[in-house]
Amino acid sequence: MSDVYVLGVDMIKFGRFPEKTVPELGAQAALMALDDAGLRIQDMEALYCGNLYQSNAMVGQRVLQEIGQTGIPVVNVANACATGATAFREAWMAIKAGVYDLAIAVGVEQMGKGLLGGGGGGTGIPKEGLLGSGTMPAVFAEAGMEHSRKYGTTFEQFAKVSVKNHHHSTLNPKAMYQIETPLEMVMNAEMISYPNTKLMCSVNVDGSAAAVLASEKKARELGMKRAVKVRASALTSDPWQERDLVMPDVNTCTRLAAKKAYEMAGIGPEDISLVELHDCFATAEILHYENLGLCKDGEAGRMIDTGATALGGKIPVNVSGGLLSKGHPLGATGIANIYEVATHLRGEAGKRQVPNARFGMTHVIGLGSACAIHVLERVA
Amino acid sequence: MAEAKPASGPLPVVSFLKIPQGAAPYLEGQRCQSCGAIFLGERDVCSKCGTRGKFEAKKLSDQGTLYVYSIVHRSFPGIEVPYVSAVVDLEGGGTVKGNLIGIEPTPEKVKMGMPVQVTYKIAPRKDKEGNEYLTYYFTPRSA
Repeated sequence: MSDVYVLGVDMIKFGRFPEKTVPELGAQAALMALDDAGLRIQDMEALYCGNLYQSNAMVGQRVLQEIGQTGIPVVNVANACATGATAFREAWMAIKAGVYDLAIAVGVEQMGKGLLGGGGGGTGIPKEGLLGSGTMPAVFAEAGMEHSRKYGTTFEQFAKVSVKNHHHSTLNPKAMYQIETPLEMVMNAEMISYPNTKLMCSVNVDGSAAAVLASEKKARELGMKRAVKVRASALTSDPWQERDLVMPDVNTCTRLAAKKAYEMAGIGPEDISLVELHDCFATAEILHYENLGLCKDGEAGRMIDTGATALGGKIPVNVSGGLLSKGHPLGATGIANIYEVATHLRGEAGKRQVPNARFGMTHVIGLGSACAIHVLERVA
Repeated sequence: MAEAKPASGPLPVVSFLKIPQGAAPYLEGQRCQSCGAIFLGERDVCSKCGTRGKFEAKKLSDQGTLYVYSIVHRSFPGIEVPYVSAVVDLEGGGTVKGNLIGIEPTPEKVKMGMPVQVTYKIAPRKDKEGNEYLTYYFTPRSA
């Protein structure tokens, strides 16, 4: 089977764009990715579109109505916060299978403000605040507290994740925020759901990102100079766990996906130069250090303490600013992660460049649950 | 699914809260007879082992321990904060989520692993038809 390459990838600066439509935002990123690849929409053989909140509204086709209705197959994908990564993976699979030589994956989302999750549903009376909380900050707080329970991880250690990722975003002009948030500021921010303060919750923003994927044959024909090789693509759902009826498990599906991805890439965590992982809440990042094998079980608290995951450290994590500060437009996030890692592998990340990056990993979790991991490799 | 309304008295807040006539309410699990996995609410197939149609109702314990929690300070409009969202492992199996009450909602007071009791009270909310609901809470208990 053919190897698959990313030839073009880009994202818009994340922000709030209420004056734009979802297809307009998607179209922007699609054009940017095509320009980055030096290709036109007429060259694309298929489009995979990731969008969650308008998943019944044919967003992919409407993107083509903005930039070129060429009659190609369009697949609209929804997979919670793994939506963008799943769209990317669908394009990868189609090329891997030899069906197409060139395809584009677009991820786009327009978000409101405020709490996600906990909306209720079901019959009778609303359960939120009566039978605990289903809001995302609380759900991920509880996931973090499980780590505290096992290993003594502290509020301060969780807060340090946010300090680090906000610092990283000061070097990323495409992030929503470019502000330093010292530890006291993070810990003293409004408490949303202990131990997650407001600055430890990802930012709801609008955004889009897109990637042009190519078969090896096509990549050789077009030039490999800035190409990035997709070394692994893994997607899992959540295996049964005894508490998962009341406590979504983001760990097991991540461990399963990481194992598959490392096997497929034929490398281990020690070979990875940088990771963009799903820091939807500061508590989550700590869990994923262990889930992705970046450290041993129980060592994640110490890992954030030592600065190993900061830019300049042993294995920089979320140098883009992460979901915490770059922002988290659900359907776009998975492809924005690909953009970040690819930019480092191309040596084009400017002030936040991870030196000599060869392999990079992207990771997202869609609660419910889906985990998608990609491993990318520098070519030139 | 429409719950049969008792002749009088409150409705259960969730289907796995059982209100027997003339006896104390309790939480009910559905145990897979093949692999032993416990679920909340009735179902046809075990999602752990895939066995079909082999469940037995199991009365869950009213005593358990606090597995993890979060103290919720921001919720939706009209919901009183702060409160403790708690995940509780029941003795003999089954994990349920609910509010932990009767304790100051601070990390200094709420301790993972602390023993808790399942208690039953009328919920402070009614549905659109004005029906009352019986709900469950967790309260601290001495070990």
